[in-house]
Parts: sequence; C-alpha cells; structure tokens
Amino acid sequence: MDPLALLTAGYNYWMAIILMMIGFHITLSHGNLVKKIIGMNVFQTSLFLLYISIGNVAGGQVPILTAAKDAIYSNPLPHVLILTAIVVGVSNTALGLALVARIHQAYGSIEEDEILAADNAAEPGAP
Amino acid sequence: MTALLPPALTAQLPILPVLLPLLAAPLCILLRQGAWTANLALATAAAAAALSALLLAHTLSGDTLFYALGGFPPPFGIAYRIDAANAAVLLLVSAAASLALLHTRPLLDTEIPPERQALFHTAFLLCLCGLLGVAATGDAFNAFVFLEISSLATYGLVAMGRSRRALTAAYRYLILGTIGASLFVIGVGFLYMATGTLNMSDLALRLPATPHRALVEAGFALIVIGLGLKAAMFPLHFWLPGVYTHAPSSVAIFLAAAATKVALYLLARFLFIVFPDAAGLSTSLAASLLLPTALVAMFLAALAAVRQDDIRRLLAYSSVAQIGFMLLALSLGSREGIAAAWLILLTHGLVKGGLFMSVTAISLRLGGSRLDDWSGGARIMPYSFAILVIGLASLVGVPLTAGFIGKWALLEALFAPSLIAGMDSAQWLLAALTVAASLLTFLYAGRILERLLAAGATASSAVPGASPAPLAQQGQSGGADENESGVAVGNQGGVAGEGESDGEGEGKRTIHEAPTLMLILTGAMAFASLFFGFYATPLRALSEAAATALLGGF
Repeated sequence: MDPLALLTAGYNYWMAIILMMIGFHITLSHGNLVKKIIGMNVFQTSLFLLYISIGNVAGGQVPILTAAKDAIYSNPLPHVLILTAIVVGVSNTALGLALVARIHQAYGSIEEDEILAADNAAEPGAP
Repeated sequence: MTALLPPALTAQLPILPVLLPLLAAPLCILLRQGAWTANLALATAAAAAALSALLLAHTLSGDTLFYALGGFPPPFGIAYRIDAANAAVLLLVSAAASLALLHTRPLLDTEIPPERQALFHTAFLLCLCGLLGVAATGDAFNAFVFLEISSLATYGLVAMGRSRRALTAAYRYLILGTIGASLFVIGVGFLYMATGTLNMSDLALRLPATPHRALVEAGFALIVIGLGLKAAMFPLHFWLPGVYTHAPSSVAIFLAAAATKVALYLLARFLFIVFPDAAGLSTSLAASLLLPTALVAMFLAALAAVRQDDIRRLLAYSSVAQIGFMLLALSLGSREGIAAAWLILLTHGLVKGGLFMSVTAISLRLGGSRLDDWSGGARIMPYSFAILVIGLASLVGVPLTAGFIGKWALLEALFAPSLIAGMDSAQWLLAALTVAASLLTFLYAGRILERLLAAGATASSAVPGASPAPLAQQGQSGGADENESGVAVGNQGGVAGEGESDGEGEGKRTIHEAPTLMLILTGAMAFASLFFGFYATPLRALSEAAATALLGGF
C-alpha cells in the first residue's frame, strides 16, 4: 500500500493515535495536576473516537430497523460500549478534579514539584 | 452443599456475590449512621464470602457454572462464568473484605470522621463489587467496567487516609490506573474488531481463525500492559507503595490481600483461555516479557523493600516482589506452573492480608508504622509480635508455613517434565534465582524483627538466650515466651537503657497489647498460615483444580 493510501484509508485511526499521543504527552510532561487530568481526558477521548469509528459499516445506515430487507446497518454495539466508557471517563475526571481540590486545600498548590517539595520538607527521605 | 439454598437461588448463585455489594452500597448512603453502615458492609462482605465458598464447592470438582445476564444467551448477552480458578479468587476477595472490615472496626472512629463513614462503606462495597465482578465475568468489556468500578472506588477510599500524602497517592493511582484501563479497553476493542465478539470463551474460539494477525497481536500487547498496570507488574508498579502506605488501614488490608490478585487472575484468563493457541502469542510473550520482568521484580523490589523506613511501604514493595513470583510461575505456562501461581496467589493473599492486619494492630499501640516507632516494640506487644513473626516467616517461605508451599510448588513446576520447550535448559538457573529471591525476603523481614527488638537490647541480654532467637526465625512460640520473660526483666533493668530509645519514657516499657478482637483475628490468620503450611492438601487440590479450569479449554 502506498503511503498516501495508508494515511487516507485509515485516517480515523491516525486521528485516534495522534489524539492519544497528545493526551499521553500532556499527562506525563505537565507538572500541573489539572493539566494532567486534561491530558487524561484527551487520551480517553481518542479511545472513544476509535470505538465509535469502528462501528461504521461502509454504506451502512442508522441502526434503526426498517422495512427494507437488504438494508445495511452500522454496528450499534461499539456505540453502546462507548457510552459506558464515557460514563467511566466522566467519573474519572470528576473524581480526579475533586482530588485536585483536596490536594489544593492540603498543600496550597497544584504543582507537582511544589507538592513534592512540601512533602520532603515535612518529612525528609520518604518519597 | 446445594441443599443449603433453594433451587431458585442456586440458579442465581454465580451473580449473587457481585450483586449483594452493589445493592448494599446505596443502602449505606441511605442509612447514614456510621455504625450501621459498618455492620451492613461487614454483613454483606461476609455473605458474599459465604456465597463464594458455595460457588467454590460447586466448581471444585471441575464443573463450570454459567449465568446469562438478563437471559440473553452468550455470546450476545453478558455471561458470567465461574470455575475453580475464579471461584477461588472470589472467595479470597470477599473473605479479605470481611476480615479487613472486622479487624479495623475498633479503629473506625479514629480513622474515618463519623460524617464520612457511610460514604466510606459505600465506596468499600463498590470496590468489593468491582473486584468480584472482574473475577466473575466472562465478558471482556464487562471486565473493563468492573475494573473501573473497583478502581474509582479505590481512588476515593485511598484519599480518605489520614495523611495528606494519601491524596497524592490516590491522584497518582488515578492517573496511572485510568491509563492502564484505557489501554486494556483499546486492546479489547482491537479483539472486537478482529472477531466481532466480546465474550471471552467465544473470543477463544474465533481468534485462531481470524486473518487479522497484527490486530490481535496489538490487542494482546495492550491488554497485557493494561492489566499489568493494575496488577503492579514490575515496571508498572509505581502507584502501589504510596497506596498501600497511606490508605486507611482497612483499605490497605483489603487491597494488599486482594486487589492486585484480581488483575493477575484476569491476565491469566486472557493468557490461558482467550489467547492460548493464537499462534503461540502467550508462550512467546511469557518467554520474552513476563519471565524477565518477573525475575527483575523479585530482586529489585525486594532490594527496594530493604531500604524502606516505613513498614507498610516495605510490605508494599514486598508485594511487588511476590507478584514477580506469581508471574514467574504463570510464565512457565505449564499446568504445574499455573497451579503454583494460584498457590502463591492464595497464600500470599492470606499472608499479606494477615501481615497488614498485624501492622495495623501494632501501629495502633506503637504510634505509627515507621520502623523508628517500632523500636523495642516486642516488649510492649509480645503476642502481637509473635503473630507478626509467624506472618513474616510465612512471607519468607520458611518450611511449615503457608508461604513455603507456594514457593515449593514453584520449584516443583520448574522441574516438571511438561515445561515448555526451550526453557528446560534454564531450569536450574531459574530455580537458583527463585531461591535467591526468597532469601532476599529474609533481609527485609529480618529488618523489621531487628528493629522490634533493637532498642531494648540491654534488657533482653539480661535473659540468656533471648536475643538470638527471633533473628533465627525458628520456634516462633518459643521466641514469644522468651520475649515475655524479657519484658518482665525489661521493666526493672531497662530503665538504664531508656535514654537511648526515642524518649517516649517509661510508659512505653509496659505491656500494652492490641485490642482483643485484633489479637484474635491476627492470631487466627497466623494459625491459618501455619495450618496450611502443615496441611497443604486442600490448597493444593484447589490450585490443581484452578489450573485444570484455566487449561482445560472452555
């Protein structure tokens, strides 16, 4: 397969991969706890995109039963699955933000290095 | 056994252990009263444990129970699938939850503010429900949902720890846990793309026939990494020490005994039921990834444990090392290897749960779980100390303790004739490394014992023969007796040495045992550890049945 076709044929996968790597990079590289959660969100969104796009059937229509016998339907199962995953993602985000709020109360900062420094100052040696 | 329940209930048995905590969790919010919710949570966990024991009794003979949720037949609906392998895990998880709740009942008001107790128990029950669900389900996506239910509950539970470090530990676990679960679900998605099914048994049927090799391989890699993160497989274990150290004690006991085991079980299910014949994926992965990382974990995590100053953190690193033992046994891929992995998994749940219970009891009186807090503690809590020694001996794998039978089974598996090809030349090396890693356990276990006895050394040297006994590890009951007599002397003669200890004064030198309930429960765990060490037959039969279930196809 020539490179251009590889790029265009599976562009939904490329989008998912690019989004995922952006999210992963934000989560790992940023010291700000809220930004880490944003990165985590982008990461999860890429997986929603992946699941939703694989439910597409070429020439398929909305999966609502019609009278037509030879109708081709898109696969609704990945969409159902991803609804669950979206709920999980929302819960993760909410819980993560709540934790950040508590961390801010306890440490007065949401910067990773400042929190580490505060911990080390209180009790040196223990990571 | 079946006569215990009416037939209508027996048909529902596979889902009941999962359903009970799920229903009891919102009840906790409605009840609001901390003490009531504690009782409800305990009763629910105990009921789930009883039901799991029933399931185990059903499946031990090799039967497999199926349950189609909502009456939709598999592979279209979600199916639960209970065999000896996951019935054992169900029992481990629910028993660990019951014991953790019961054991920490006297601590509840000091650890959790009264207004949060109802929510605490809600989260605890949801965590229990999630872990049981992961173990019970036969559907790959359903496993992800339950994995996330248990994880979300765990993040909340860990954050309720008293130290502010609990918050950062929970946050770190949330980030890593979410990434792990996402990778897992992408892997499941790839398998779905290749086969069009999510049912694990159906996947196993369809995977060998699928033309999409690359998709299956990528999915396999993502699933192994995602579950490895949840199971604290070696390079992915960074969340674990903080979580075990700073979580409330009941949560630490529960997680240490059960949580990583469930992810490990699911990994085994994917390795041996979903992927067994997919062109040797499992075996090539075992040789190239699982086995080396398991070996590195056994050594590096043990060495990290030796360097810890906090006993809970020390035991957490020890868990990472022990997971290495389990993965090594699993990576052998043979029947004996899986049986050994299940033995180590079950005995380690028993031993580590018991140790965390001991640590909770001892920290209660000695004021913390840092090694410095524990100086000379053996003179203050002689019985608790004796129990702790038995637990540590079992962790090391001293003969006639539960820890030993697992390690022994691993060595047996290494020399079993059915070992996969290419590995038999390395069996002596692997056996030597296993023994060496077990000996490393000695180092950190000895470090705890040394500190418990250290500061009062002047007092114990007044009693001839008292000081060398504990380090020698043998004769636990004898060691405890000597320590008791050491206490009597220490009360009079130890005053001179008082200045060297951490200045808490004479008050620390009198016997101040843990609450009776804690003493009884930790004692029972130690007894169980010795009992299964002497009489290994039931656990061995169980692990054999688990191995048969995992290898016997679908």
